Amino acid sequence: MPEIRSEIMTVNMGPQHPSTHGVLRLVLELDGEQVLSASPTIGYLHTGIEKTAEQKKWQQVIPLVERMDYLSAQSNSMAFCMSVERLLGADVAVPDRVKNIRILLAELQRINSHLVWLGTHGMEVGAVSVMLYCFRERELLLNINEMIAGFRLFPSYMRVGGLREDLPRGFHDAVRAFLDRMPGKLDEYEDLLTKNEIYLKRTQGVGVISKDDAIAWSLVGPIARAAGVDYDVRKVFPYLGYETYDFDVPTQTAGDVYARYKVRVAEIRESMKICRQALDRITPRGEYAIADPKITPPPKDRVYTEMEALIQHFLIYSQGFTVPAGEAYVPVEGPRGEQGFYVVSDGTNRPWRIKSRAPSLLACQALERLIVGGLIADVIAVIGSIDVVMGDVDR
Amino acid sequence: MDAAALVASLQQAVPDATLETTATVDLHPTMYVSRDHLVPVARALRDGAGLDFSLLAELTAADYWPREPRFEVVYVLVSLQHKSRLRIKVRLAGSDAHVATVSGVWPSANWLEREVWDLFGIAFDGHPDPRRLLMPEDWEGFPLRKDSPVQIRRPPHTTEPLQVTAEEFRQNVERDRLSRDQQ
Repeated sequence: MPEIRSEIMTVNMGPQHPSTHGVLRLVLELDGEQVLSASPTIGYLHTGIEKTAEQKKWQQVIPLVERMDYLSAQSNSMAFCMSVERLLGADVAVPDRVKNIRILLAELQRINSHLVWLGTHGMEVGAVSVMLYCFRERELLLNINEMIAGFRLFPSYMRVGGLREDLPRGFHDAVRAFLDRMPGKLDEYEDLLTKNEIYLKRTQGVGVISKDDAIAWSLVGPIARAAGVDYDVRKVFPYLGYETYDFDVPTQTAGDVYARYKVRVAEIRESMKICRQALDRITPRGEYAIADPKITPPPKDRVYTEMEALIQHFLIYSQGFTVPAGEAYVPVEGPRGEQGFYVVSDGTNRPWRIKSRAPSLLACQALERLIVGGLIADVIAVIGSIDVVMGDVDR
Repeated sequence: MDAAALVASLQQAVPDATLETTATVDLHPTMYVSRDHLVPVARALRDGAGLDFSLLAELTAADYWPREPRFEVVYVLVSLQHKSRLRIKVRLAGSDAHVATVSGVWPSANWLEREVWDLFGIAFDGHPDPRRLLMPEDWEGFPLRKDSPVQIRRPPHTTEPLQVTAEEFRQNVERDRLSRDQQ
């Protein structure tokens, strides 16, 4: 019998690989099935959004930032708008109704993002049916987006100073129908995974990171909370009135893939709790933006009938509005943890510099620590569990 | 801890450093740190009693060309223990755009500093892995600099031919065949 030849093998995983969530490339050194080293290579999706944004007027940046982290579009645009409002000093004037609607949309976006995560992650570790179920429920959320803005993935509904327009008729019914349906469906997903022997074997003790390492590598959001870091921007630095809502921040201590799963599923439940409270506070009709004619365009019916409104409309859409010189960074809790936009203005109608704090980039950086020493099959489970969105990593 | 107390405490830890607070509109007290004392100040911020800024939330830069000093490197810090935030900045001249790395203090600075080097051309002295992060490795220039053009028409660099010559390729195939035959 011939001797078995063994040598260390270098494998390129990605950039074209269905389980790397986009175009992440990993150069793995393998000894049999064990990963000896891993070096992530990123940048395949770099589209220069930050440079592009410097050429745009303030309100034109909103559709751009929604395309960065394409699974949490409304969180991105909300974070950007809040930073700009802080520079304008307009955030104190934002009506409570707008704040509650923003909270509602941000939480729906979190559920949406976590559903995509649960579906793809489940599929990658072998539970294919979970993906179909998750995308079925996500469809309802996309329908709500279509309802408010006519665009399912990137609604651009958040605007500096408030929202683009008032809520559509039937919005409350659609959200309530979703919130009534979702808890039962979430129980079904949990039935499929939480005590599933195969799923437990694939996830428990895999991709472990300690609490101290999570802080040192700037991990935030569900990954850090699964390792015991009790940090949620909504609780620690409340914004938009989150301090008046009743919700918990789920944490785990194991820091493995399974703990991240538990945290995210619990977060979906907490988000639904917030959504119900927000929905009760939102009236079907009311203020949807601050009353500042320099920032908020007038309603369309007034543009068609009044001279002043037409001028105002024309000025905002041709010249935009100016923002006082300065810098601001307002952190919010997105689906992947603290995110926000460091915004610098030079006092003109275009941003001087915007920088997105990208939680996925830092998660991607820590990936190496999570997979080295493990098995190649676990690499898939770990990439899924850190929930990287390459649009956010590369921008 | 307010900005004045913070500066006093830091000044005690690093007596030589120049610390200069500046007005801010968001919830981050902001101060400029002299370039040569960045790392000791960073260490004091992370380890100092009552400070504990253990989380580096953000590291980025901004280019204020044509003003001089043109660059500002920005660090956003979070103290999870004291629920406080802080922004420190370092001014850099365009002709002398380099600063010491803080990846020894906060390991996560590694990629963030690579990104700043990649897009702004600010060098980080002592960085463990000073390569580009987002742009292609053979890219010329630093795109987020204000004097870098927005649209560039250039022949593509990255579509280079195969890395081995035809002769080497044939040799590789032959070697593989031989090793298979031996088995």
